[in-house]
Amino acid sequence: MSDLAKTRVSNAYIWRRNFFSVRLDPRTIWASLALLIAVLIVAIWSISAGDFPMSIADIFASFLGEGQKSHDFVIFKLRLPRLLTGLAVGAAFGMSGAIFQSLARNPLASPDIIGFNSGAALGAVIMIISFGATGFMVAVGAVTGGLLTAILVFVLSWKGGLNPYRLVLVGIGIGFTVYAGVSFLMTRTDIFYAAAAQHWLTGTLNARIWRDVYMTWLGFGLLAPLALGLQMSLNRLEMGDDMARALGIRINIVRSLMALIGVLMVSMAVAGAGPIGFVSLVAGPIARRLTLSSGACLGGAALVGALVLIGADLMGRVAFAAQLPAGVFTAVIGAPFLLWLLATQIRKGAM
Amino acid sequence: MSEENRLNAHNVTLAYGERLIIDDLSVSIPDGKVTVIIGPNACGKSTLLRALARLLKPQAGEVMLDGVEIGKIPTRKVAKRLGLLPQTPIAPQGILVSDLVSRGRTPHQSAFQQWSEVDEEAVLDAMQATQTLDLADRRIEELSGGQRQRVWIAMALAQQTELLLLDEPTTFLDLPHQIEVLNLVRKLNRQQGRTIVVVLHDLNLACRYADHIVAMREGAIVEQGVPKNVITVDVMLRVFGLKCDVITDHLSGTPMVVPAVEDYI
Repeated sequence: MSDLAKTRVSNAYIWRRNFFSVRLDPRTIWASLALLIAVLIVAIWSISAGDFPMSIADIFASFLGEGQKSHDFVIFKLRLPRLLTGLAVGAAFGMSGAIFQSLARNPLASPDIIGFNSGAALGAVIMIISFGATGFMVAVGAVTGGLLTAILVFVLSWKGGLNPYRLVLVGIGIGFTVYAGVSFLMTRTDIFYAAAAQHWLTGTLNARIWRDVYMTWLGFGLLAPLALGLQMSLNRLEMGDDMARALGIRINIVRSLMALIGVLMVSMAVAGAGPIGFVSLVAGPIARRLTLSSGACLGGAALVGALVLIGADLMGRVAFAAQLPAGVFTAVIGAPFLLWLLATQIRKGAM
Repeated sequence: MSEENRLNAHNVTLAYGERLIIDDLSVSIPDGKVTVIIGPNACGKSTLLRALARLLKPQAGEVMLDGVEIGKIPTRKVAKRLGLLPQTPIAPQGILVSDLVSRGRTPHQSAFQQWSEVDEEAVLDAMQATQTLDLADRRIEELSGGQRQRVWIAMALAQQTELLLLDEPTTFLDLPHQIEVLNLVRKLNRQQGRTIVVVLHDLNLACRYADHIVAMREGAIVEQGVPKNVITVDVMLRVFGLKCDVITDHLSGTPMVVPAVEDYI
């Protein structure tokens, strides 16, 4: 028995089969489809644009195994790994941002603002500078740094509960402190390592290889389903601890698991492309607005994050003669957004 | 103290950190009745309610639900039997009324079972009972205080628990809306046989709607029983330090508190 029916209580659709039932909100579906199409367009554009432009026909020919050797090389060795890494990293930034914004009930509490990016960056830079690490070991450093920083921020801002504003302020402070550690390391090291680290610190998708693709997709692919599975509980948490518990949510378990998933996700993203700012910050609020969702829209935030990041990367490559790293462009889009967010929060009297 | 009742507190000591609120209190919530807890501000009414709803773990003693210590029952199972509407629940921004009421179904749902036929019936029933069906497509921010409170109660109803605890559901409402909410509470009790516990400030409304009143002061129960045994000149003085006369409400036959006139001369 399976059928798709409209509920009588809202404009959502329900798909049922045996004991399974899925609730589908039309607005969420349309918004997700639109985002997916936008991602696809930007993705194809990214593959075709650059110093060596290719037509869409060329691209399809290469994908069908009938392309020219030079095209195959540019697509499969250069642009596709870069694009795929960008998608996973952007989605991870977006989703982890939405998780923390929801946990703290505050759009300012995104990991790039509250110091988690900096923590992951410090961990990675220590690995690059001290051990000359690349690839997987950089990721290990980033995840360790991100986790330790997150624990520090949570412990220092905990006062009989999680106060969002304490979290944001403590997080900003810790973020600066940790970043000072990065700067210190940069001045003490060999110029060669410093250059490698600096390039990475700006946040870029430049020169990604397939190993980066596997690493970031493996991380995102493992963490995202867990996060989506807990999304319903996360949304109940937004109604206050008492209400959530009255509804049968194990709040401490959900909160800890979600925080852990979010930290791992953002650390992995930082390991994949450097501490790119503002993607986490903008993705959640934009996704909520597009889907008109009343809770954290994790899937939507992942799509927006992916779109923003590969869009920024594309702009950096085509809009200027000199290639600009994606991190520069996300800052150009994100900084005004942050100002607007601060202004509206202050006007609401929330800060 | 009768042991047949489903929800009981035995010698509970409740505190927030170092701050002791309730010391060694026992209470049994009569099944199928409307129980109203009254008492001055900060006497521990809400604290007791939170403990009864397993939101606050007693430092000593225990709260028993159906003969089992409530903290030992998985929280989701408790949520299928006992619902609580906190004093200040937070409405997610921009949420539609129907979506908010639907959230009451949370303990009955999972990632694989997001909306069963039973969920739909429960939400429809809850919205009909609270007359919020017309508001289904409105955003919660657009509603008046009374409408909003009805929506929250609808959410608690949709949870379909036999026990329902309401923490000051009439605060911030004007008198007609208070009556409306309490009429609804009584209807749920009389028609569906639900056991309801309400924390209230208004004594005369408490008298009217309660089958059983628990009067508290400084973390202890001063008196409990049917309204006309609890609401007396003596008890009012002991509980609130209030000089008053108690007369009979000629419409309902329940006691009515008339505060004494202050002598300024």
